[in-house]
Amino acid sequence: MPQITYIEASGQSTTVNVPEGWSLMQGATANGVEGILGECGGSCACATCHCYVDEPWLAKLSAPTEGELEMLENTASERKANSRLACQIKATAALDGMVVHLPESQE
Amino acid sequence: MSVSSGRIIIIGAGQAGLQTAEALRSGGYAGEIVMLGDEAYGPYHRPPLSKAWLAGEMEAAQLMMRAPELLAKKNIELRTGTKVNAIDNAGKMVRLSDDSELSFSGLVLATGSTPRILNIPGANAKHVLALRTRDDASAIMQALLHCAKSKLPLVVIGGGFIGLEVAATARKRGLQVTVLEASPRLLGRVLAPVLSEWYAALHRSHGVQIEFNVTLKEIEQKNGAVCAVLTQEGKRYPAGMVLVGIGVEANDMLARDAGIACDRGVIVDDCSRTSMEGIVAAGDCTARRIADGSLLRLESVQNATEQGKSAAAALLGQSRPFTATPWFWSDQYDKKLQMAGLSMGSNAWAVRGSMESGVFSVFHFRDGKLVAVDSVNDSKIHLLSRKLLDAGALPSPDQAADTAFDLNSLLAK
Ligand SMILES: Cc1cc2nc3c(=O)[nH]c(=O)nc-3n(C[C@H](O)[C@H](O)[C@H](O)COP(=O)(O)OP(=O)(O)OC[C@H]3O[C@@H](n4cnc5c(N)ncnc54)[C@H](O)[C@@H]3O)c2cc1C
Ligand code: FES
Repeated sequence: MPQITYIEASGQSTTVNVPEGWSLMQGATANGVEGILGECGGSCACATCHCYVDEPWLAKLSAPTEGELEMLENTASERKANSRLACQIKATAALDGMVVHLPESQE
Repeated sequence: MSVSSGRIIIIGAGQAGLQTAEALRSGGYAGEIVMLGDEAYGPYHRPPLSKAWLAGEMEAAQLMMRAPELLAKKNIELRTGTKVNAIDNAGKMVRLSDDSELSFSGLVLATGSTPRILNIPGANAKHVLALRTRDDASAIMQALLHCAKSKLPLVVIGGGFIGLEVAATARKRGLQVTVLEASPRLLGRVLAPVLSEWYAALHRSHGVQIEFNVTLKEIEQKNGAVCAVLTQEGKRYPAGMVLVGIGVEANDMLARDAGIACDRGVIVDDCSRTSMEGIVAAGDCTARRIADGSLLRLESVQNATEQGKSAAAALLGQSRPFTATPWFWSDQYDKKLQMAGLSMGSNAWAVRGSMESGVFSVFHFRDGKLVAVDSVNDSKIHLLSRKLLDAGALPSPDQAADTAFDLNSLLAK
């Protein structure tokens, strides 16, 4: 199972095993990571699963859909070049070891 | 009202209940918080039940909203499988299904809603199902397998969101689908006619049979299970399963029995306060008094989370009115509908983009004033519309329809 490390705005770091096919939002909420809310349950409709993907991993992700890019305009915290919605990133073996930072606020 | 210590009881462990609990903690409440839920599970996401979950693309664990560890860390006590049977407001306690009592200093009603029951002969046959809970969804999965095996269609009764989402998912799974609607159009309660037609065309293009102006007569059974739906018009629609999607009713019985004002929902103000001091309500179970004095019932994720935040604030003695523009979404096939505002009562509309292309937004006006925007695969305009409606920076119909006009410029002013 790919290991994903979530680093909350407070600096708190949690590394969890996320089953392949699960989204990084699900990996976070199922493991008690606090900085992701996921209000819409992964429907790409709320933007409360905002995360910043660490540089080396960004290129390994499939490109965001139009819908994700548009929803990223509605994040509560600053949108950066490495902003993604965690519910739109599926865990795969290629992402083993990936690190994402979580924003100050999701709402 | 302000509750500073003691036990806050939350009845209902769903979206609104969880939101209220977490907002109480982030708002600084240090007393006991107990969330009582009558389902076997902790808070989970309902929207995927008609979408990815029913399509077989998710496991149950992916539906969970919060890990038990996180609730424990926040010191939110969750008791599943626990039903509240009565509220004794004078004695400040609730009575549970095992007859035990639990006292409270603050109370949150977050009991959600229940699907309306089909009231025709045979409606209790096997494979006649409604969708609200995880257990409902599991039963529907089984019934859909039965449809596939017996080569019988799924018949959806009611062309509302849940029915149409299940129809789309069932088509994805290769099943035949018939939708029977009592009125002359789909989604009549929430969409303007122009979009109802568009959705009917979308479903037909995916092979769904839709019948309008249908009056149901009876569910025909074979060995106790549904085999067809009969109508007053004399038609017979074969069915391996019937999905009943004719709306929901607010779970306001506990509140009514306790003397809290209700009218097809627990009446709350825009800060989620009920008629009773120290008792707040949030989510599907509420009917919110809005500015014009009327009662608004919403059944949506946003309503549950916003009212949950307001409810927590109210218990902490603060006013946090929910005045944001209502929003909602629905996924059918590869189309994401996102609605901002309420289009009921609108009398003119303008389209931005092209409906044929499948990427567009319909702007709804009442007497020339923008009241709502429904977007299809057009999240950018949806988000912008929420901002425009929140700010009261409203485009004219001409500006709305003109893609060369920059709607953002209205916000800058
Ligand atoms: C299939 C489906 C698809 C949906 N899709 C969307 C969508 O795409 N977009 C959207 O915005 N919304 C959608 N919704 C609506 C959304 O899920 C609801 O509005 C939301 O869940 C409401 O939250 P709630 O907490 O008020 O109620 P619920 O989530 O229903 O929680 C209430 C809980 O209280 C429990 N309860 C009731 N009475 C008692 C009692 N006496 N004692 C103890 N527990 C009790 C109930 O069993 C339930 O578990 C969908 C709903 C369904 C069913
Ligand atoms: S969970 Fe709502 S957009 Fe990701």
